[in-house]
Amino acid sequence: MFADKDVLTITDFSREALERLFEETDVILNALTSGKKLDALNGYIMATAFFEPSTRTKMSFQTAMLRLGGACVDLPPEEISSRAKGESLADTIRMLDSYADVIVIRHRLEGAAKFAAEIAEHPVINGGDGTRDHPTQTMIDLYTIKRAHGSIDGLTVGVLGDLKYGRAARSFILGLSIFKPKKIYLISPPQLSCRPEVLHFLEEKGICYEEASTVTKVLPELDVLYVTRIQRERFPDPVEYEKVRGSYVVNELLLKSAKENLAVLHPLPRVDELAYSLDQTSHAWYFKQAYFGVPVRMALLKLILKG
Amino acid sequence: MEKELKVSKIRNGTVIDHIDAGRALHVLNILGLNGSEGLTIAVVMNVPSSKLGRKDIVKIEGVELRQDQVSKIALIAPSATINIIKDYEVAEKVKVRVPPVIEGLLKCANPNCITNQPREPVKPRFIVRSLRPLRMFCSFCGVELSQEDVIQQLTKGG
Repeated sequence: MFADKDVLTITDFSREALERLFEETDVILNALTSGKKLDALNGYIMATAFFEPSTRTKMSFQTAMLRLGGACVDLPPEEISSRAKGESLADTIRMLDSYADVIVIRHRLEGAAKFAAEIAEHPVINGGDGTRDHPTQTMIDLYTIKRAHGSIDGLTVGVLGDLKYGRAARSFILGLSIFKPKKIYLISPPQLSCRPEVLHFLEEKGICYEEASTVTKVLPELDVLYVTRIQRERFPDPVEYEKVRGSYVVNELLLKSAKENLAVLHPLPRVDELAYSLDQTSHAWYFKQAYFGVPVRMALLKLILKG
Repeated sequence: MEKELKVSKIRNGTVIDHIDAGRALHVLNILGLNGSEGLTIAVVMNVPSSKLGRKDIVKIEGVELRQDQVSKIALIAPSATINIIKDYEVAEKVKVRVPPVIEGLLKCANPNCITNQPREPVKPRFIVRSLRPLRMFCSFCGVELSQEDVIQQLTKGG
């Protein structure tokens, strides 16, 4: 199911595979919370090649590897590596492939992870490519929902924010389609609405969805609200941005009409779309979600490298 | 049938039949022919066809097609048949075929696709999803190419 498999896009994974991953995550999480030392990946090396900024993805992958007894090597920033001399991605990947047992890559170009996977003999994990895929973030998101609600099936899920360019949102929507949610609300300003190919995909999968431009009306129905950043830089006119931003701030006042067990998720980093006042409420699942980043990635690395 | 008979037979060369109606000039464009080469060329457009409803036909005297040209024709006329004519007779008849994977012929429309990076050793590759209408998507970035995009690329905007 996972042995030696590349992780490029969430739709490469079946429901059974994701359930197996979640089972393994539960086992690892129990071991972590009971303070047990794990060494399943002792002797293995993971290379991280992040060509774009990252906090959580890179650090949680490195932590995951170290917590399993493995080791990490990291491609240095451009200015002090051979990329400054014009080395191609292909040559960089070939080199990392000869050093490490698994490669995690993040790149601004779409398809970069797939290209790396075609070059490398060892498994390649996509840590985010352009505006397209972020499969391991989706694995964490789905696991968090499972922890919050016990199941993903039958839930009404709102996805709020930049659905056009945000790779976490796009991957999450595709990932939901592997399960049987009751309904997905796609909530965004019209300029940042979900791309047609994603909508076609949901239709082909028979997933019930509806596009909405504000969260207020649909909020009482939601079991999960997945918030992403509305990206100011996507708006050609800052005045337009100021007009819409108010309708995408999730705060306690807004959540007064929410179900008691609504779980609010966010892939982070947040800017001002998610009020700090929510952090202490039972709705706040986003820090747990970030915490699950390590055990989910531990489970993934273990399943890929050890089967 | 009568309309086809109005065009005389060629002695040696190629007849491309069952071209989607209105695309004969695109076929000539793909073959790099504009009439100034001095070849005898017959173009028949929008004639009735039992298979396609309407179709175009191109007859070219003295030319045999290369494989790369046949592959390109398949992408704009997926039902086309190519008849090689020798001494007024059909010596060989080939039906074009759109392969499930197309490599190297087309460029991804997404400037942020890895295949558009000049220094990376990667050939653009498309997975064909449907033939009518022709829909394919980039195997690397997933961006879709429509029939119009394909015609535009193969005929360089013509």
